[in-house]
Amino acid sequence: MNKFKFLSVLFFSGLLFTACSSDDDVPEPVNEEEVITTLTVSLSTDGSATPITLITRDLDGDGPNPPVITVSGNLAAGTTYNGTIVLLNETVTPPENITEEVEEEDDEHQFFYTVGSGLNVTTEYGNFDGDGNPLGTKFTLITGAASSGTLTFTLRHEPKKPNTGLADAGGETDLAASFNVTVE
Amino acid sequence: MRYKVMILLLLSSFPSISQNCDVSLSGKVIDIHDGSILPGATLVISNTQEAVQTNLYGEYTFSNLCEGTYFIQVSHPLCLTRGFTVKISGDTTRDFKLEHHLEELNQILIEGKTFQNETESIFQNRISRAALDRYSSGSLGDALNSISGVSSLNTGNTVVKPVINGLHSSRVVIINNGVRMEDQEWGAEHAPNIDINSAGSISVIKGAGALQYGGNAVGGVIVANSKKAPVKDTLYGQTQFNAATNGRGSSFTSEITKAYKTGWYGSLQGTLKRFGDFQTPDYVLSNTGIFERNASIRFGLNQFDYGFEGYYSIFKNKIGILRASHIGGAQDQVRAINSSRPLIIGEFGYTIEPPKQDVTHHLARVKAFKEFNGLGKASLQYDFQRNNRLEFDIRRGSDANKASLDLALTTHTLLLDLDSEVSENLNLKTGIMARYQDNFADPETGVRRLIPDYEKYELGAYAIVDFKIRENWTVEAGGRFDYTYMDVFKFYRSSFWESRNYDELFPEIVVEESGNQLLTNPQLNFYNASATAGSTYSFDGEYKLFFNYSLASRAPNPSELFSEGLHHSASRIELGDLSFQSEISHKLALTFQRENSTFGFSINPYIHSIKDFIVIEPIEIQQTIRGNFQVWEYRQTNASLLGVDVDASLAFAKNLRFNHQFSLVKGYDRSRNQELIDMPPVNTKNELVYQNPKIYNLRLALQSEYVFRQNEFPNNNFEVFLPETETTELIDVSTPPNAYNLLNFNSNIDLNTTSKSKLTLGLTVSNLLNTSYRNYLNRLRFYADDLGRNFLLNLKLNY
Repeated sequence: MNKFKFLSVLFFSGLLFTACSSDDDVPEPVNEEEVITTLTVSLSTDGSATPITLITRDLDGDGPNPPVITVSGNLAAGTTYNGTIVLLNETVTPPENITEEVEEEDDEHQFFYTVGSGLNVTTEYGNFDGDGNPLGTKFTLITGAASSGTLTFTLRHEPKKPNTGLADAGGETDLAASFNVTVE
Repeated sequence: MRYKVMILLLLSSFPSISQNCDVSLSGKVIDIHDGSILPGATLVISNTQEAVQTNLYGEYTFSNLCEGTYFIQVSHPLCLTRGFTVKISGDTTRDFKLEHHLEELNQILIEGKTFQNETESIFQNRISRAALDRYSSGSLGDALNSISGVSSLNTGNTVVKPVINGLHSSRVVIINNGVRMEDQEWGAEHAPNIDINSAGSISVIKGAGALQYGGNAVGGVIVANSKKAPVKDTLYGQTQFNAATNGRGSSFTSEITKAYKTGWYGSLQGTLKRFGDFQTPDYVLSNTGIFERNASIRFGLNQFDYGFEGYYSIFKNKIGILRASHIGGAQDQVRAINSSRPLIIGEFGYTIEPPKQDVTHHLARVKAFKEFNGLGKASLQYDFQRNNRLEFDIRRGSDANKASLDLALTTHTLLLDLDSEVSENLNLKTGIMARYQDNFADPETGVRRLIPDYEKYELGAYAIVDFKIRENWTVEAGGRFDYTYMDVFKFYRSSFWESRNYDELFPEIVVEESGNQLLTNPQLNFYNASATAGSTYSFDGEYKLFFNYSLASRAPNPSELFSEGLHHSASRIELGDLSFQSEISHKLALTFQRENSTFGFSINPYIHSIKDFIVIEPIEIQQTIRGNFQVWEYRQTNASLLGVDVDASLAFAKNLRFNHQFSLVKGYDRSRNQELIDMPPVNTKNELVYQNPKIYNLRLALQSEYVFRQNEFPNNNFEVFLPETETTELIDVSTPPNAYNLLNFNSNIDLNTTSKSKLTLGLTVSNLLNTSYRNYLNRLRFYADDLGRNFLLNLKLNY
């Protein structure tokens, strides 16, 4: 008799389980808000020439596709360029401008420019955080004689500030992109 | 009460006057726990004061009784006296069951040896409450580390996951107060959500033989036994306070139990633990604090042949993860690994900032049991668990204080078990299980779900029979079958879906497309059979031989099936596989044991072969806009593990004892002919204990813990190009750290010992020589040293 009771309790709780389940609530997708998909570096001169753009775009984030890198043209020798960096999240429509967030949290971010051997250019920071330490979403690039090599942009989140360069800055790399650049 | 019963009996006996007065009542008096007979029990018929005693076989007979209802009082020197109402018509047979209360009491107060065994043919290691008290301010994993063959996979020193004979995570089943923990145990950095202070004792079964708990315990089962309340009028409790120098923290735990001789009982327990940043011998481990709060309540009724219990516990733990371990891609990894000190070292503090974990686990259980004559003890249990895990990464802007992972795992389980004594030598345990589980990943995090939303249904049934061939020879056999159905809603990145060829393999499960993601609805079925067979043979009174074969089969967990993306805490991309099958394991274990107080030992060799073993290992380097990341992919292979665990204890002089432990495990991937990753290195513990009951129960112990270097490991190193130096650097994520030896000192003394209360004072010094070391099984070993010296003061009051 009691065994019977147990079994019926089991049976009814089984019913309860099935009754509770709801198969119709389909989850909503998550569109990542803080992902950086695109880095655009614009190098312009004071004249009216079309700026040179360096773009890296990785629309699937940490998915299997590698970033697509484009360089719009060659740099002119012996020229001073004004550099501007724009970061976008293109997984959302309209694309979100991440540069604004980085500039708001300027004390927690810093861009680093690494010039590969062979490439005859120098860089200087163009903007700074509240403490006078470099931020680097704006910079100046001065080309020397004709040459070619890599130009790498690295964005560190929460680096040690001030620092002497990438090697001792610490923090976490939010972005790292290398471009093959030619000065002619 | 008794008076009322007497009147009732008096009244009820009137109608029987004219009845037959030539009948007899006979039977046995037995112990309710193990069915052993109780000779020398006294039975008194209250109505007539007629008394008899049971003979050597526990039998009694009353003759020349009249038909009717009698009140019989049964007493025994080792048991509380009980009354039974018996209706007699014709010659009647009735067995009375008494409970050995004194033994019950021993379990709580002086750690008696009477425990129920979870399996008959596997040697079980047990940690008593007294030993657990030494780990009161630590974690379950820390306490289990004291058992040979059990090590731990750590993330820092507060996330401690038990590893049994080289296996961990989903392969280790943890039973907490009779409930199988469902606390997202799949993750390597997810520690068990158990308050060590809430367990009565802990047993470890190194194998899958305990089928009543599940058929998928490929590694083994850890049982945190609940504390039992005695059946007598009593009120007792324990309060413990610990203070430690390393982490500059303390823990406080208290428990109080009230019990009545009617069988009712209730108890309340709580723990509060807070530590700041821990320290190595040379520097502070920034952001490694912990803040843990737990409470539990238990109440119930315990009668000879029926009873019930309600239990609820809440476990809340906030854990800081070493700040320097949160890094970006391979370039950051090079710097972090090549630096001998963590790249971020701050001032000591108690604040826990991201990266951190914040976990809440609710567990509720109701259980009822009843002894049915001729059928056995039936118990029905329902349990509910809700595990909410929040993980915080270092984020930017408005997301800075938002969790990156927010999973709520809810589990309902119904268990019906029957433990029947078919004959004096044959015992049969059977049971069925139904479970429903729901995982909800909150999309509010703004980060793609690491574990997808799913619903899981499980049904299981088992039977285990043990048969005593002779008094010293028992054989055991059992089987179990489990069915699992998973209904999953998972978003895949379109690029991943295609690169994996899923668009051709599983086109039917796509529900809809949204942007660069695909919503899919995988529905998975797993059928798992498991079995065990073994034998125990004792000889010469003190030697025992255990032999066990177990077959276990484990369905892949959600992480193995569905991982797809960057795992921040590991700084790598992890990929699961939708087409995985169940893992099937065969384990042979042998134990030779000598139980002797002067020289006792156990030697436990084993061989373990696992088909379709799921391992995760690196396959390539992937370029992303954040830099390069190593990609780790789950794959199935055939693995074999072999090893031996040795324990020995020698009392070589009065009050002096030497304890020895040795564990060795080797793991190989048979398909690729290489070593398995993360196998515990060979280690040995040697301890000298001085104990003197005459000097306030003084106990002094000096322990050496020697961990060899792991020389067998797969080479997973990879290279990365660094633009700033224009060099290609090797990232060494494989080479294990060097061997090390730690000295630990432990002492305690009992003060104020009165009949009602006892104060125990303890002092522990771990890593006495302040040795700098790194542990192969600590996931943060790449970034920082392990803990330096720690002084721990322990005050324990039993009342």
